[in-house]
Amino acid sequence: MNIPADLKYTKDHEWVRVEGDKAVVGITDFAQGELGDIVFLEIETEGDELGKEEVFGTVEAVKTVSDLFMPVSGTVESFNTELEDAPELVNKDPYGKGWMIKIAMSDSSELDDLMSADEYKDLIEG
Amino acid sequence: MKRTAFFDIHNSNGAKIVEFAGFEMPIEYSGIKDEHMTVRNGVGVFDVSHMGEFWVTGPQALAFIQKVTSNDASKLAPGQAQYSCLPNGKGGIVDDLIVYCFEPEKYLLVVNAANIEKDWQWLVSQNTEEAEMLNASDEISQLAIQGPKATGILQKLTKVDLSSIKFYTFTVGEFAGVSDVIISATGYTGAGGFELYFNNKDAEAIWSAIFEAGKEEGIKPIGLGARDTLRLEMGYCLYGNDIDDTTSPIEAGLGWITKFTDEKNFIDKDVLTRQKEEGVTRRLRAFEMIDRGIPRHGYEIVNEDDEVIGEVTSGSMSPVRGIGIGMGYVKTGYTKLGTEIYIRVRNKKLKAKVVKLPFI
Repeated sequence: MNIPADLKYTKDHEWVRVEGDKAVVGITDFAQGELGDIVFLEIETEGDELGKEEVFGTVEAVKTVSDLFMPVSGTVESFNTELEDAPELVNKDPYGKGWMIKIAMSDSSELDDLMSADEYKDLIEG
Repeated sequence: MKRTAFFDIHNSNGAKIVEFAGFEMPIEYSGIKDEHMTVRNGVGVFDVSHMGEFWVTGPQALAFIQKVTSNDASKLAPGQAQYSCLPNGKGGIVDDLIVYCFEPEKYLLVVNAANIEKDWQWLVSQNTEEAEMLNASDEISQLAIQGPKATGILQKLTKVDLSSIKFYTFTVGEFAGVSDVIISATGYTGAGGFELYFNNKDAEAIWSAIFEAGKEEGIKPIGLGARDTLRLEMGYCLYGNDIDDTTSPIEAGLGWITKFTDEKNFIDKDVLTRQKEEGVTRRLRAFEMIDRGIPRHGYEIVNEDDEVIGEVTSGSMSPVRGIGIGMGYVKTGYTKLGTEIYIRVRNKKLKAKVVKLPFI
C-alpha cells in the first residue's frame, strides 16, 4: 500500500498536498483499490467556495458512486480536466496524474486536523 | 454466511470478496473492466455455485412444471433446456430460472441464489400434483466458462464433442476425469461457452484442470462485478433489479417465454393473457446515454417536462461501448426505439434514448 509520507490524509480517504496556501487533493491508493475501475469523475464546483467536508464532486466506479469531500475549507481553484477523458488515471497514479482539485485554502489551520501518513496507515490497517 | 467449494481458491487468487445472497463471493479479481474484456475476447471462469438446483422427478413432474412456469416445458426433449419464469399468482415473478429436461420424468430447475429459500417454499406450496422434489443446492457446484475461446479449451478435457452441444442444450459426461458432469451450452454473458454442474467434492480438480488447459490462452477467474456488466450489455434481466414480485413477464419483455397455448395452464395465465391482449401501462426498455453520465438502479426517468415516466432498474458504464447504458420501466408513449428520455443523475437531467438490445 502506497502512503506517501509527505501528504496529509482524511478519514474519507482523500490525500492533501500542501503547496503554500494551496491544497492539491486526490483519493488515496487504498481508496482507488477499494473502488475498483474508476469510470467517471464529476467535478462541477470549480470557482465555488466550499466548507470543510462539503461535497466537491463524485467519483463513479463500475459498480459504485461515491461523494468526494473537501478536506479543508476554501475555493475550488481548478480541477484536473484530464480525468474527464481518462478517469482511470485515478487508479493508475492516484497521487500524481490522478489528482482531482486544487483548493485556495481559507483557513490553513484546518490542516492540523488532518492525519499524518502513519495515522492514516493505522486507520486503514486497523 | 455460506461459502462455495471454491472459496479458498478465490482467496488465494486475491479476489475481492463481498456478501451476495448470503454467500461470500468474489466480486472482482483483476478489475471489472479487464475481466469483462477477457470474457468478450478470450475466456473467463465464473464460480456460480451459489445458484440453486432443484430436482423435480416422477410421473407428475412435467404437469407440475407446466403449472408453475411460464414457458412451455412440454416442448423439451431430453438434453434440452429453456429459460422460464415462475409467475407469483399476483401477476409478478417469483424468480427466473432454467429448466433442464433429463428424461420425461426428470427435470432440473436452476434458480437464483438469493431466491433459493423463497422459490423452494413457493414450489412446495404449489405442489398439489405431488411431484417429487429435491433441493440439491448445497451439494452441487457450478462453473460458467464463457468467452469465444471457451469451447477450444474445454474440449481438451473431455471426449464429449462440445461443438455438437447447441445453445440451450446439454449433455452429461466425463469431464477432466470426473464422471457425470452436466455440460450445458448456456450462460449469462452473450460471449458463448458452457456451464458445468458437478459435485462439490470435485470442485478443486475441475477448477485446476480448466486453468491448466487455458493457461496459454490467458484464462482468468471472473467475479460477480463483470458478470453483471456482461449480462447488462446483452440486456439479460437480473432478478431483484429488472424483474421481481411486482413486475409482470409481459411488462418485462418476457412474452417470449410466456406461452398461452390451449394445452398449457399455468399460474397467472388469465392475468397475463389479459395484459398481452389489452396492453400494459409500462414496459422494460433499454436505453443508452447521449449525455455523459452513468445511470444507476433506482434513478428516475423523466420526460422533457420533468414528469417522472419511469425508473432505472439496471445501469452501468458499458466496458465495450464506453458509454452509460441501462434498462428501466417506462410508461406507454415512451417505449418506441429512438425515443428521447432523461435520467435524473443527482441534481442533473441527462439525455438518453431508447435503443434495441443487445447494446453491443
